[in-house]
Amino acid sequence: MGSAVRALEFRDPARGRALARTLARLTQEIGRNPVSVMHVCGSHEQAIARFGLRASFPHALEVIMGPGCPVCVTDLPEVDEAVALALQGVRVATYGDIVRVRGTARSLADAQAEGGRIDVVYSVTQAIELARRSDEEVVFFATGFETTAVATAAALLDDPPPNLSILSAHKFIPPVMEIVAEMPATRVEGFLAAGHAATITGSAIFEAFVAQHGIPVVIAGFEPLDILAGLARLLELIRDGMPRVANMYPRCVTDAGNRVAQERLWRVFRAVGGCWRGIAHVPNGNLRLRDEWAARDARRRFRIDLGRAVDGTPHTLAPQCICGDIMAGIASPDRCPLFGTRCTPQSPVGACMVSSEGTCRIWHEYGGHPDLGATA
Amino acid sequence: MCLGVPGRVVEVDGFLAVVDFWGVRKEIRLDVVDAPVAAGDYVLNHVGFAIRRIPAEDVAETLALYETLLAELDAGDPMAADVRGELGAAGAARRG
Repeated sequence: MGSAVRALEFRDPARGRALARTLARLTQEIGRNPVSVMHVCGSHEQAIARFGLRASFPHALEVIMGPGCPVCVTDLPEVDEAVALALQGVRVATYGDIVRVRGTARSLADAQAEGGRIDVVYSVTQAIELARRSDEEVVFFATGFETTAVATAAALLDDPPPNLSILSAHKFIPPVMEIVAEMPATRVEGFLAAGHAATITGSAIFEAFVAQHGIPVVIAGFEPLDILAGLARLLELIRDGMPRVANMYPRCVTDAGNRVAQERLWRVFRAVGGCWRGIAHVPNGNLRLRDEWAARDARRRFRIDLGRAVDGTPHTLAPQCICGDIMAGIASPDRCPLFGTRCTPQSPVGACMVSSEGTCRIWHEYGGHPDLGATA
Repeated sequence: MCLGVPGRVVEVDGFLAVVDFWGVRKEIRLDVVDAPVAAGDYVLNHVGFAIRRIPAEDVAETLALYETLLAELDAGDPMAADVRGELGAAGAARRG
């Protein structure tokens, strides 16, 4: 339905208006223009855009989406590996959002058009079912943050059929916040942490970050009012110069997090440094299978021949795509010359327009910056 | 994909549970949930796995957002599509 601006939708309009006034007062008390805060979650951006929340933000408050789209930050060489496996005749099962994202020269959809076998699944358990019903090798190309990696880990620990292996592109959110906080161009004064990733890791994981960077972190849920309340708490901490962790989503997030899930996660994965598309090298940002799981690791099980996967020309519009700056929170989609004209969900150039969690896709569907009468 | 979806547990069999999502029964894995789960509990689910038992007093507040999204008929709505994807991640229930 394009970029039509939706009406503000609140279950409790009075509380919504009160929170909007609080945001305006706190931003004024901070006294800087702009005050920039970042969230790192595609679902937060969906809620902010879908419910038209930016229209209720004070003009001086910038709420930026950082690297919160797992499909978007999956690096080109990771897509190339999956494409290469598919072109080598290995059956590749993966989540739908990644299929149309290009690597160096091809996407998995391109590989499929060239005869590769790609299966879209909603869950790793469906990849396991495919492997169970087949004699062929099945590789699960595993994308997503720690929330999703937990499911991959649990599946491996449950003795899947021997013809299933994992190509892990899983990413770990806390380390990338360090990288983005250090980028001079972003000037982030506070982070809104993703509620459901923190369900796994717990809120305490952010204490070290806050101590080191002096930037507050508030964990928030996904209701419009959850997000406004989370932002109000974040602005309070910025105003008071009190960098600390505040959990505004206690119904889903505890201090220690989900220890059962953490134990499974770290029994299967280890955090290693690696590149995130558009961001940089992120120390400890990639989750890879531990040595004990070498037999299940597609990178060690197959000789991945990248030759054909990277042979070809990148998208002709790729040099103009600013997905990298958008994921780093330096630019918004409306700054991109391709946005909404030559780059659309039907014909995407960059990953941010492909995934339902990509900033460009979300802004294209909902309208990103309504500014309803908020312009000074 | 970062947005889990809540559902009500109908029955538990080891690490598997039948969970009711707005009238549709699906199978969910319990390997990584943070607390023991019994019939009647609400759990937050992501890619076919329960990741959190939702405290009883918080259930109503947690469900409201999803009810708004599931009422969304526009196929292009990415947030509603993600919620439907999560529902697709749960296996069709074998019983119930």
